[in-house]
Amino acid sequence: MPGVFVLLEHDRGVFAPACEEALTAARTLGAAINEEVTAIAIGVTGSDLLPLCSAQGVSRVLALNDPLISDYSPELWGQAIAEVHEAKQPSLVMAVGTDKGNEVLAQGSARLNLPFVANCVSLERQEAWVATRLQWGGSLLEDVTVEASSIFASFGHHSVTPERVSLDGQPSIETLELSLDPNLARSLVQDRVKMSEGATLSTASVVVSGGRGVGSAEGFAPLEQLAELLSGKVGCSRAVTNNGWRSHSDQVGQTGTRIAPDLYVACGISGAIQHWVGAMAAKNILAINTDPEANMVTKAQYAVIADLHEVIPALIAEVKLRREGQSKS
Amino acid sequence: MEILVCVKRVPAPGSRINVTQDGLAVDTSNLGFTTSPHEECAVEEAVRIVEEHGGSVTVLTLGSALSEEQLRYAASVGANKFVLVETDGEHDSDAQQTAEAIRETVISLEASHGIFDLILFGNESADSSGYQVGIRVAVSLDRPMVNGIKNIDVGDTQITAHREVDNGYEVYSLKAPAVFGIKEGINLPRYPTMKGRLASKKAEISTISASASVASQQRVRLHRPEEETVETTILGNDATAAVKIADLLEELDLL
Ligand SMILES: Cc1cc2nc3c(=O)[nH]c(=O)nc-3n(C[C@H](O)[C@H](O)[C@H](O)COP(=O)(O)OP(=O)(O)OC[C@H]3O[C@@H](n4cnc5c(N)ncnc54)[C@H](O)[C@@H]3O)c2cc1C
Repeated sequence: MPGVFVLLEHDRGVFAPACEEALTAARTLGAAINEEVTAIAIGVTGSDLLPLCSAQGVSRVLALNDPLISDYSPELWGQAIAEVHEAKQPSLVMAVGTDKGNEVLAQGSARLNLPFVANCVSLERQEAWVATRLQWGGSLLEDVTVEASSIFASFGHHSVTPERVSLDGQPSIETLELSLDPNLARSLVQDRVKMSEGATLSTASVVVSGGRGVGSAEGFAPLEQLAELLSGKVGCSRAVTNNGWRSHSDQVGQTGTRIAPDLYVACGISGAIQHWVGAMAAKNILAINTDPEANMVTKAQYAVIADLHEVIPALIAEVKLRREGQSKS
Repeated sequence: MEILVCVKRVPAPGSRINVTQDGLAVDTSNLGFTTSPHEECAVEEAVRIVEEHGGSVTVLTLGSALSEEQLRYAASVGANKFVLVETDGEHDSDAQQTAEAIRETVISLEASHGIFDLILFGNESADSSGYQVGIRVAVSLDRPMVNGIKNIDVGDTQITAHREVDNGYEVYSLKAPAVFGIKEGINLPRYPTMKGRLASKKAEISTISASASVASQQRVRLHRPEEETVETTILGNDATAAVKIADLLEELDLL
């Protein structure tokens, strides 16, 4: 009876793309351990969950009733799932390991003093729970066993391929009344500020990035020009942000942004593992580096072994020339 | 403001992470060590807050005796007090053990120094990436906690913090005592000055042994993810490669 409870993340009613991953992972696990899967969402009604759950073959929805959780608060949301756990005694409470997915599971498990295994890529129940999880932001894997009858676990974001299985009929909705401590409203989100519209570094289709080899803040001007010509964004390595040449919001890597463009142009970047882990989802990588042995070069599909300060201006000229040719013909 | 910052000593691998023969640890034989980047920024943030508002910065680390290096580094960039919660260094503690040892240390420090207005952690540790120690400590002390913080503004009655989200940020407003998980990018950490370096050699470090609790997560082995080997196509060795790069852009439909 215990069951698998899966938390679905949303922002004021708009479900995160990660929810399909969460439901696929929950359904697969539920089938493997032969326990029912129930979807929970905090701060929306049960019927808001029906379309997603129907499309994902999840037949049970638990609606949580309390006006305190209508907007995001790490503590209240964590307390809410802790109360679900107390009421339902599930084998597993899970979510996708986004920033908030991990935060809420950590808040919930901490309140119950239960283990929380973050960013799993696989999870099984044998005599104990057996998981493989991401360390170093994904550069290393750790196999762990957890001796506990009930655990919290997140699945690494993008480590599950969503699969649709449609459901016969409608999912059932059960409602749980909570008794949340109003004092926890101390960490409710107060306001939201939008900084940019459209593509960001993480969603851009082209990223032109520079590393220590660029040499200075001014050295980025040609990279900016190239990025603009290709409707892309400028990225950089940590050596660059540490030198104050660019803002940290441009940093690609483990402690920066994960990118997945169609083309990544890495100029004067050695390809340290912490940088690579942020760039490896790029479909094509072009490395421009004076060192043919640089990790970035040996891991890229395409490379130019030369000084970036000569290659980038020549490339800008060539792109402009071809564009002009196109507009004339 | 009395601020406590919890930091972790981590190896700084280059192009790949190697694992020891028994598979139980990262092979650090040829590696330097550093403070996890999020926490380096947390120390800097604490020092800046104290420079503006007065008070003191205490830096705590849980780890082997070698972690003293990270405490001395914090001293060289302006932190004031240092606590090493010493483990045997043979096994990494799991998240629940680490949080429990830090909780006990905070309680005993606060019994003699008074309550910390702020406790800062890194958003997640660079190595084990467990996303929970700071949150567990905050919950066990019943203090408000928000992770992912990239801006802190200390006001008269409230501490305002920004959390990074896609395309912008969320604003939280907490009352002290509060706890935050800090992300790299909140500031650009200063480099130690010569004077700071000299002073750090004399910094006094209090050492406490970590309490022994039982781990719930047992490491079986560490291993690298499978990697595809790629055949790199060299497009050229000088600026004339621009022509071939432009051909590639056309091929990818980017021109
Ligand atoms: C816990 C942790 C987290 C980290 N997180 C990140 C992260 O998120 N992102 C990140 O980037 N790093 C991160 N790092 C740092 C990382 O380890 C490297 O130090 C950093 O990525 C190096 O940046 P770089 O490649 O620009 O510099 P370098 O390693 O110094 O490489 C410079 C490269 O430029 C080439 N070059 C020099 N001149 C030229 C020229 N004129 N033309 C062409 N090529 C030239 C050189 O051959 C070399 O390959 C992290 C480190 C740690 C310990």
